[in-house]
Amino acid sequence: MHSRLQRLSSTMERIAGHVFIWPAVLIVLFLAIFPLIISLYLSLSRFQFVPGGFQFTFVGLANYNKLLFGSERNHFLGQMMGPSLAGALVFGAVLVFMAWRLVRYGQSGRFSAGGLFQRLVVDAIFGLLLWVVVRTLLSGGFPGTLVVTLVYVFVDIAVQYCLGLALALLVTQRLAGRRFFRVVFLLPMMITPVGVAYIFRMLTDTTKGPFYPIWSLLGLLNFSWVNIPWGARAAVMIGDIWQWTPFMFIVLLAALEGQSMELIEAALVDGANRWQTFWRITLPQVMPVTTTLILIRMIEAFKIVDLPNVLTSGGPGTATESMTLQAYIAWRTLDLGGSAAIAYLLLFLVTLIAVMYINVVRRRVAEA
Amino acid sequence: MNPRLLAVVASLAILSMLVGQPVVHAGSPPPQQFQGVTVNLLTFTGPQIAEPLQRRAPDFEKLTGAKINVVIVPFSDLYTKILTDMATGTNSYQAFVFAPQWMVDYITPGYLEQLDDRIKADTAIQWDDIAPFFRNFSAVYNGHIYTVPLDGDFHMVYYRRDILEKDGVKPPETWDDYLAIAQKYQGKDLNGDGKPDYGSCISKKRGAQGWQFVWSFVTPFLQTQGTAQGAFFDTTTMTPLVDNDGWRKAMEIFKQTSQYGPPEEMNMDVGDTRSLFVTGRCALSLDWGDIGSLAIDPATSKVIDKVGSILTPGSKEVVDFKTKKLVPCDATTCPNAINGVNHAPYACFGGWSGGINAAADPKVKDAAYAFLSYMAQPAQSSVDVTLGKTGFNPYRTSMFKNIDPWLKGGFSEAAAKDYLGAIEASLNSPNMVLDLRIPQNQRYLQVVLDTLMSQYLAGEITLDAFQKQLYDGWEEITNELGRDTQLAAYRGSLGVATKRGNLINRTVFSAPSPFGRRGLGG
Repeated sequence: MHSRLQRLSSTMERIAGHVFIWPAVLIVLFLAIFPLIISLYLSLSRFQFVPGGFQFTFVGLANYNKLLFGSERNHFLGQMMGPSLAGALVFGAVLVFMAWRLVRYGQSGRFSAGGLFQRLVVDAIFGLLLWVVVRTLLSGGFPGTLVVTLVYVFVDIAVQYCLGLALALLVTQRLAGRRFFRVVFLLPMMITPVGVAYIFRMLTDTTKGPFYPIWSLLGLLNFSWVNIPWGARAAVMIGDIWQWTPFMFIVLLAALEGQSMELIEAALVDGANRWQTFWRITLPQVMPVTTTLILIRMIEAFKIVDLPNVLTSGGPGTATESMTLQAYIAWRTLDLGGSAAIAYLLLFLVTLIAVMYINVVRRRVAEA
Repeated sequence: MNPRLLAVVASLAILSMLVGQPVVHAGSPPPQQFQGVTVNLLTFTGPQIAEPLQRRAPDFEKLTGAKINVVIVPFSDLYTKILTDMATGTNSYQAFVFAPQWMVDYITPGYLEQLDDRIKADTAIQWDDIAPFFRNFSAVYNGHIYTVPLDGDFHMVYYRRDILEKDGVKPPETWDDYLAIAQKYQGKDLNGDGKPDYGSCISKKRGAQGWQFVWSFVTPFLQTQGTAQGAFFDTTTMTPLVDNDGWRKAMEIFKQTSQYGPPEEMNMDVGDTRSLFVTGRCALSLDWGDIGSLAIDPATSKVIDKVGSILTPGSKEVVDFKTKKLVPCDATTCPNAINGVNHAPYACFGGWSGGINAAADPKVKDAAYAFLSYMAQPAQSSVDVTLGKTGFNPYRTSMFKNIDPWLKGGFSEAAAKDYLGAIEASLNSPNMVLDLRIPQNQRYLQVVLDTLMSQYLAGEITLDAFQKQLYDGWEEITNELGRDTQLAAYRGSLGVATKRGNLINRTVFSAPSPFGRRGLGG
């Protein structure tokens, strides 16, 4: 009897792990992995309605081919022109830098064939992306949704981080009303992105918006933000910056308030001025938080869709259209294969840039 | 009829008149027949189109007991929402009010209910009173009726009659005239508020109605020989009629109108341009019939009795498809020209129409049909078309013959005749351009054309690139869906016999005049 109980107990102990882990694994499989596989199949197929229902026809890489080399190329990659002198110089400088990094890596003690291969792949893809940017943005062409998305991500995050850090530093000072401003600075984040888009749609309307008297005074009544590609992109970026700076602010504020005061006091005793204290003590201390914060915002920023959709409908032309908006428009018109292909290219891009970013900052954070 | 039943019907009719409720007509469902039945009806956010449905749903519930839930989604999502609801078997909606050119995609998989028998049995709807174009084209596919027309749609040009008459300027006959007039009034104060106004207001927003207005500019250059000629594709090869000088000239004019319009024009939908026009800020506008009824609304309009409406302008030059160049209009090249000008009024959209989900419960389908019929019956529809807020435009013969509802609605007699005359001229035109109604027409127009139009207007692409990419984009879709299938559907939609000699769409069309010579006006 005792031995049977022991056997039962050991059996239960052996399967307990499976019993606990498998429901979670199945849920993850069901909610994350299966949709990923299904959308991969969708990106390789064409959706059609037929009598009695619908069908998916396998078309191989046709949807990707359409985006990268076919009828959607101008829309996705942009209209490419021969590289300008400035563009060629920028591209050349970056190539030289990448080559120098590879040489340095070869001379370092960490060299391995796998590491070299990984770097070559990443550099090649980064080089291709830069080549597209150079031939569209810097050479008189127009950027497609890929480059527009990259512009949104890098400009927005840079400005959001700088503003968020400045505001966080401001409210950590002993200023009157700082508690009030802590709440006020958070408000934009609590508004739905569609609401933000409508607010900025009103603000940028020069003919009847709340800034009408100002535009009128400046003689800009016949000017429209949304008629000029960079004006429209600026409107979208200002809206995004306004909405997401509070996120940077709140996380950086927590990091600043959590930093070790002993180090700062020691630096002050040693005669460090405010700038030196910030640059040598404060910034390194918030760097680990910064790394995670920028990564989260970057992944999120790649998916920007609400603002350009409501504010400009992706226009003028396709000037403000992001990759997600392009995928959404394709999905809305039941081009499910095309939509899934864009989504997969976006996934690929986000993963690549996130991996590159982590590789770069991990070493610097470790060094710091 | 049974005397007791007659007495009940008569009492009900008198009672409903006394309390201001709509009368129950012969053919309408018996009172409370649909007690406990709920119909979810999907349409777009509006406020037009949804407004009359929402306003009349409680009246219908009092009459029949059926509860009508009007669910609204943005216009850009409506096509997909309807299709995915039925395709996935969700069937959360039992009725839809939508664009009739989409019906081909709903009918092919068998999602839409055929309405032939219901229409035949329904005397109250007065089917024969519906104008032939809407009755025989908009509502019909493959010889069967699938939708109930609730609206009539044509593009037309509106102008400030008071200002043009004062200056001795004739309304535009051609698009060149339109440009000249727009230029003349750009920057002038047109409503006396001391602010400069605009020569022309046309919605050019991407994802809205901009691409539809492109067609009204293009069609007079392309279609000359009557409706059956078609303006979208070659009816023998299904190649796009895009790579010619007609498209070039039309797109140049379309882009030039932006110089004489509001600065935000590229981000304006028709709601915005209508608002500008009725507040007196535009000398000209291109729109459906809506501005006519909005302009007489004393609550919002500053141009009551100051608006004229005309057939969409035409062209004195048309495309010779052999050379793809423009040639002057003469008796051969423009047999339907008026004063040497080829007009090709575009029956854009075809008018909002109601359809029923074939997978719905039979009782719910009955209630859904009864509601659509109720909305279309003259007692309701002849009032609704006179109200700007409904977005419904005239589509019944009686609406053109009897102007009393228009006078009651606030039109002056002159304004009513002018407005109805412009629509009637489009309806009677032997060279009317039918909307594209082939499988996935939405991709051809709302994806490819809309995106390229927006890129061209924004200066992102040249006119050459626009034409090439439009041609390639349409060809890509045609090749993907099957050239023969698309060609057969296109020919069928124009009333041209297919290769087998049968008509896909059993309409009354026969070139040159699809509607005979019968006028609709009184």
